[in-house]
Amino acid sequence: MINALSDESPLVFSELEKHLLNDFQHDFPFAERPFAKIAAQLKTDEVTVISAFERLQQLGVISRVGPVFRPNRIGVSTLAAMAIPPNELERVAQIVTDYTEVNHNYQRDHRFNLWFVLTARDDAHLQQVLADIEKQCDYSVMSLPMQEDFFIDLGFDLKWT
Amino acid sequence: MDMKVFDPVLKHALIAAIEQGLPLVARPYEAIALQIGYSEKEVIEGLQQLQQQGDIKRFGVVVRHRKLGYRANGMVVWDIADDQVQALGQCMGQFPFVTLCYRRPRQLPDWSYNLFTMVHGLNRAEVVQKTELLVRQCGLEEIKHEILFSSRCFKQRGACYQSKHPAGVEKSLSKQDLA
Repeated sequence: MINALSDESPLVFSELEKHLLNDFQHDFPFAERPFAKIAAQLKTDEVTVISAFERLQQLGVISRVGPVFRPNRIGVSTLAAMAIPPNELERVAQIVTDYTEVNHNYQRDHRFNLWFVLTARDDAHLQQVLADIEKQCDYSVMSLPMQEDFFIDLGFDLKWT
Repeated sequence: MDMKVFDPVLKHALIAAIEQGLPLVARPYEAIALQIGYSEKEVIEGLQQLQQQGDIKRFGVVVRHRKLGYRANGMVVWDIADDQVQALGQCMGQFPFVTLCYRRPRQLPDWSYNLFTMVHGLNRAEVVQKTELLVRQCGLEEIKHEILFSSRCFKQRGACYQSKHPAGVEKSLSKQDLA
């Protein structure tokens, strides 16, 4: 049996689910009935494919079936970091997470221990949110906007062990 | 649709409707079309155009590495001379286990690193091992770097450029996602 580790217990995926996870990270069909097209490729039916995607989404192993936008082509974004005393981290992280403009927010083991990605329609809005976070949290924010992208996103090749 | 002209109203509506993903129904593009008041054909062609223009980097399944067992996520940061950063960034960006590779500004004196790569692994040892592979393959022995491991994920979802979701509605992964 093939499985991947979840946070609590191992998740077990069917052959179909493994194909859905690995083979459609790019070139998802732009067809009227994309799931039927995938089903035909995988020799199953549309309803089965849709239910499998539903399960994967419910399990949280896929965040979405949809676009990955090229940074700074649609709106603007930045990576921001804060150095927060450990006893304050929980409070500050919650304030940051509550902003809809924040889409990733991680604690990292470093003096700069809170790292998050901010996206916005335009730079003015982005700067406003950064300033607002500083004010709400009472700590300064270091903003590191992307200047050059060297990464060709071909999806992530999952190794089934 | 005339590919030379992209109705900006359609473009913005489309991005807002699609950025959190397709609805899981038989005709997802039609569902999006109904939501924004365009035809299914316009939605499909609009998405194809966004991809051709390079606004959409890829379209498909977006996995959560952590939930799939790739529990260790190391942000590897490098301090590279400005005249070398492009060549070395391109070298690192080609490895399949590198999932981001960006040049960013230094913020001296607090922050001297200017190249950021994301390396995922089943555990921290694997991230270290893959980073060592990068060092060898791209000749980075003399370059100062640090691996910043994530110890907790407070939030992870698709970018939200256009939509206006009410604050607080989103699911925060918080403690359940402790690595």
